Amino acid sequence: MTNIPDIEVRDLSMAYGDFVVQRDLNFTVGKGDIFVIMGGNGCGKTTLMRALTGLQQPASGAVFYGGEDFWNVAPEDQTRLKRRLGIMFQGGALWSSLTLAENVALPLAEYAELSPARIAEIVSFKLALVGLAGFEDFYPSELSGGMKKRASLARAMALDPEILIIDEPSSGLDPLTARRLDDLILELRDSLGATIVVISHDLASILAIGSDSIYLDADTHTMIPTGNPRQALASGDPKVRHFLTRGTA
Amino acid sequence: MTEGNPEGVSTSAGEAGQKLETRRTDVSLLVVLSGRWCLDQALPSREHVERELSAVVRRLTFDAAALGAWDSGLLTFLAGVLKACAVRGIEVDQGGLPEGIRHLLAMAFAVPEQKVAGRGSRNGNLLVRVGTAAMEFFRGAPAMLRFLGEITLSFLRLFTGRARFRASDMWIEIEQVGPRALPIVSVISFLVGLILAYLGADQLRLVGAQIFIADLVAIGMVREVGALMTGIIIAGRTGAAFAAQLGTMQVNEEIDAFKTLGISPVDFLVLPRMLALMLMVPLLTLYAGFVGMLAGLLVSTLIFDISFFEYYNETLRALELKHFWVGLSKGTVYGAMVAFAGCLRGMQCGRSAEAVGEAATSAVVTAILLITIAASVMTIVYYQLEI
Repeated sequence: MTNIPDIEVRDLSMAYGDFVVQRDLNFTVGKGDIFVIMGGNGCGKTTLMRALTGLQQPASGAVFYGGEDFWNVAPEDQTRLKRRLGIMFQGGALWSSLTLAENVALPLAEYAELSPARIAEIVSFKLALVGLAGFEDFYPSELSGGMKKRASLARAMALDPEILIIDEPSSGLDPLTARRLDDLILELRDSLGATIVVISHDLASILAIGSDSIYLDADTHTMIPTGNPRQALASGDPKVRHFLTRGTA
Repeated sequence: MTEGNPEGVSTSAGEAGQKLETRRTDVSLLVVLSGRWCLDQALPSREHVERELSAVVRRLTFDAAALGAWDSGLLTFLAGVLKACAVRGIEVDQGGLPEGIRHLLAMAFAVPEQKVAGRGSRNGNLLVRVGTAAMEFFRGAPAMLRFLGEITLSFLRLFTGRARFRASDMWIEIEQVGPRALPIVSVISFLVGLILAYLGADQLRLVGAQIFIADLVAIGMVREVGALMTGIIIAGRTGAAFAAQLGTMQVNEEIDAFKTLGISPVDFLVLPRMLALMLMVPLLTLYAGFVGMLAGLLVSTLIFDISFFEYYNETLRALELKHFWVGLSKGTVYGAMVAFAGCLRGMQCGRSAEAVGEAATSAVVTAILLITIAASVMTIVYYQLEI
């Protein structure tokens, strides 16, 4: 099992009707990587995220998690694979009618055979991990943007996922709050050993946390493998350097 | 206020001192701008310059030495002149314009106008629009059926004890649909009962059988009108709310969050709402029937001189248990229709605030349409079955 990458994407194409968003995507994400999917607005980053998480069937190609073909397994196996993923959505996507504690507890109650007291313990711990201890009984509408993102991260980690998929962690956050979220992501990787996929167009964040990356090109509708973003900035594809330097190189 | 003269000089002045003057020498035209050029006053027309752009003019220059304050009024004027020159192939020298204006004009013309495909095709002739609407309706039909199937599967899971939703959600909806809808249901069913009584009184007087007002009101309210009125009230009150709630959750990706966790959003969100309405609408229907009969009683005793006991006995004689079953069954079906329409439109909602509004509107329209169709079908079926 050790040689099988956590995620492998093979010849993946995504389309809306006749409009191909991205085609021929091929990449692997190794254990413990922070893999950054970068690209400009409208290049298909979020569409790729939806194909990786089971929200939108790709037009062709395959996504493998630990060697299992995510889109071509039986529904119950797909659900089992989904449990290995923790997803943080762009806007947080916390369930607005539930408190933070209930948000984090719902996945636990759904999958794990745990007593309510045990669940409450785990929920408090996960919220403390993201710096939100004591906010158990708050509703999402009572939180700031940064707190919502952190709460969403706590929910994504509820089931101790092997893979965390994070959509635009820094969008809508001020630079310092975004930086703190980046630090949190790095710490989680180091302490939990999780594999993390980050979808981002925030340069500071990409350079700070990425260990491997691809660039989705909105003009050619396919990807450019870019490796470590810091190396891509120094000596990568001209198009990628153009992106990473805000058009000055 | 335009005057031309033989030397090729013509002027056009606005009301607040702004002035446009053109001077032609050989192949070049000089446009002199002076005074204040702002949108809050009438500005000279661009046509004045365009008239001067005759075939011999090859070059356009500006003199803005006496130009005062200016805003978009001047910019749009100049942009129009530049376009007119471009069409005629006339060279324009912007050297005489202030630097700020030159920059703004350069920015406005930096990116050529895009011919974006797929826009503006919405207005066709009547036939095209009818055809498009019909095709959209039939495209929507499979989605409706799929949703119906998902709800059916969800109910199967409920009966086998595998559906997961929070009972507290259902109780919240029950409170919303039940007790909180009582005032409006009371008012409307009272007034409808009153209308039925007057309608009956007028017709039955002709045959001297005003006592049958009681039959008309009792059977009418309990069998048909109570359920119909309640269904329509709940469609406007609760169906729209369901669509807005689920639509907002769709916008916030909350529904996606359920799916990625492998939790069925139908079980978690649609089922409690469906159950709440299927439980509460029949009860409200029953209540509406009694309020309607109360109105009939008041009208008959106070206006039409029918004694309380006469009316009471006639009502008891007319009302059979089967009428209650018919009313209750209709209430249950209408409740299911409203929940179905509200949840369907909510789940189909797009990802914008505007889409949530459209979902709410569409939910009410769909619910009322479904209720009316169901009402007709059930009335015919019950008649044929002699229930």
